[in-house]
Amino acid sequence: MSGQSTYEPKSAITRWMDKRLPVSRLVWDSFVDYPTPRNLNYWWTFGGILSLCLGVQIITGIILAMHYQVGPGAFASVEHIMRDVNYGWMIRYIHANGASMFFVAVYVHMLRGLYYGSYKAPREVLWLLGCVIYLLMMATAFMGYVLPWGQMSFWGAKVITNLFGALPLVGKPITIWLWGGYAVDYPTLNRFFSLHYLLPFMIAGVVILHIWALHVAGQNNPTGVEPKSKADTVAFTPYATVKDGFAMSLFLIMFALFVFYLPNALGHADNYTEANPLKTPPHIVPEWYFLPFYAILRAIPDKLTGVLAMFGAIACLFALPWLDTSKVKSMRYRPQAKLYFVIFIVACVVLGFCGAHAPDDQVIPGLSAFQLLDSNINSFVWLSRIAALYYFAYFLVITPLLGLRETPLAVPESIAAPALSHPAE
Amino acid sequence: MAETAADATASTPGQDPNRRDFIYIAAVAAAAGGAAAVAWPFIDQMNPAADTLAAASVEYDLSKVEPGAQVVITWRKQPLFIRNRTAAQIASAVKDDHADMKDPATDASRVKPGHAQWLILLGSCTHLGCVPTEGGGKYGGWLCPCHGSVYDTAGRIRSGPAPKNLELPEYTFLTDTKVKIG
Repeated sequence: MSGQSTYEPKSAITRWMDKRLPVSRLVWDSFVDYPTPRNLNYWWTFGGILSLCLGVQIITGIILAMHYQVGPGAFASVEHIMRDVNYGWMIRYIHANGASMFFVAVYVHMLRGLYYGSYKAPREVLWLLGCVIYLLMMATAFMGYVLPWGQMSFWGAKVITNLFGALPLVGKPITIWLWGGYAVDYPTLNRFFSLHYLLPFMIAGVVILHIWALHVAGQNNPTGVEPKSKADTVAFTPYATVKDGFAMSLFLIMFALFVFYLPNALGHADNYTEANPLKTPPHIVPEWYFLPFYAILRAIPDKLTGVLAMFGAIACLFALPWLDTSKVKSMRYRPQAKLYFVIFIVACVVLGFCGAHAPDDQVIPGLSAFQLLDSNINSFVWLSRIAALYYFAYFLVITPLLGLRETPLAVPESIAAPALSHPAE
Repeated sequence: MAETAADATASTPGQDPNRRDFIYIAAVAAAAGGAAAVAWPFIDQMNPAADTLAAASVEYDLSKVEPGAQVVITWRKQPLFIRNRTAAQIASAVKDDHADMKDPATDASRVKPGHAQWLILLGSCTHLGCVPTEGGGKYGGWLCPCHGSVYDTAGRIRSGPAPKNLELPEYTFLTDTKVKIG
């Protein structure tokens, strides 16, 4: 898509087509002859893996929609899919676990971008589009989780839609509008089904823009140094296609392990109980991929501030290209940044861990020495406060200041230079 | 690197097929096999589900059908004609056994031996699937309201666009008055 096209139609038919609708040329220039940095490592295969995940979710989702009933029969229709529809159990398990696989891949993809500075100029728009895809993914996953109409579906929907109730003045009317009633009910389920079907196609649309932006700016690479000559790049095919294909195969093996051996490991048993608006399950938690944000929400005692903090955590990602002041892209040459980055990952994992536990539970059971005034510091709510503080500090304080104060290591002249001389990293 | 890449993709002279060709073929064959294995469940899911198959047979008590009358029941979500034929209707059907017909069949082949009075047919015109009206047409069998196909009292097509006789479902007599269809 960028630079001169090298496509040469070989037959009369392809020459005829090329003058009218150059699809083959587009594919050739984007996925065959497209120059990719020669030093891309396996962290760069997750873009392809994510496309695969989107494809799998769309195909299995369309199939599930052939058998799913929205409305009072929703819960029973999911059991019908599991028991009666030919291979329905498999297709549903692929779709349910596929959501988790999608988020595993997207988190690796995002952390790779963070580490190697892939959001920095000239890739800000590429990064923003990625953030939009992530938001759409979260909305899609949330609404999809409501569709089986189990206890977790129902109470998850109720809690998340009630977040909007935190807004002053408009809160209440907005939640009633979202619900189509005075509580989460079949009208809510119906619209969630409609939107759950729509959003993946919107994701696909933004993915096309994302890839377009990628091919205009060119891929970043582990050195963060832009390709300068032909020696710095190799052709997309076979180098990237084969490498992506191999990574996809490994990823599919992990995916299959979950689908066939641990299909409910990432779910909650409560969701096999039909939704009951009169009884909340004793312990309600979102799916694992939302846990860090859920922990941030609960870390703050005020409802509105908690909601704002949760959305703020995602807003930080959008602002990142303008928060980072470093002139060096890749953290390979930023030893201090590397350290803070590792702590950031730990903070995210800790937040996820906190999100899965009741706020007042003790982190270290039986230890009561950490009493500060009225609060027990040895509790998940306090641990999540510390981790949430670091999360925000990483984006709003550490990243802007570090870029101005650190002394980065020497950055190679070009991609090919270190690759050929093999310096110690 | 550029040179090694060129070496790697060029075929080794004197070896045909060479090892790289073998890897390509093996990889593509494995991928194609995998794709086919995955494709089948995704196709088969559209076939009737277990609950649909479980509801595929019905039992019916024939004593509820008066002589000369027809009862329409649903079987596999389709109308099923159960007709208690009078002696005159059977006789007129047998008389035409060797008449010129599109889909020749004897009256005896349309019923179970010893149960000539019971004619059990799928109530779906073999033209395009409309439900024929009982007693219509000049043979006193059925007349299809959609495109005028005429069936006789054995459910054989006698005139009109339909190509075949009314279809016989699979059924057995459990007792003299009870049938199991499907």
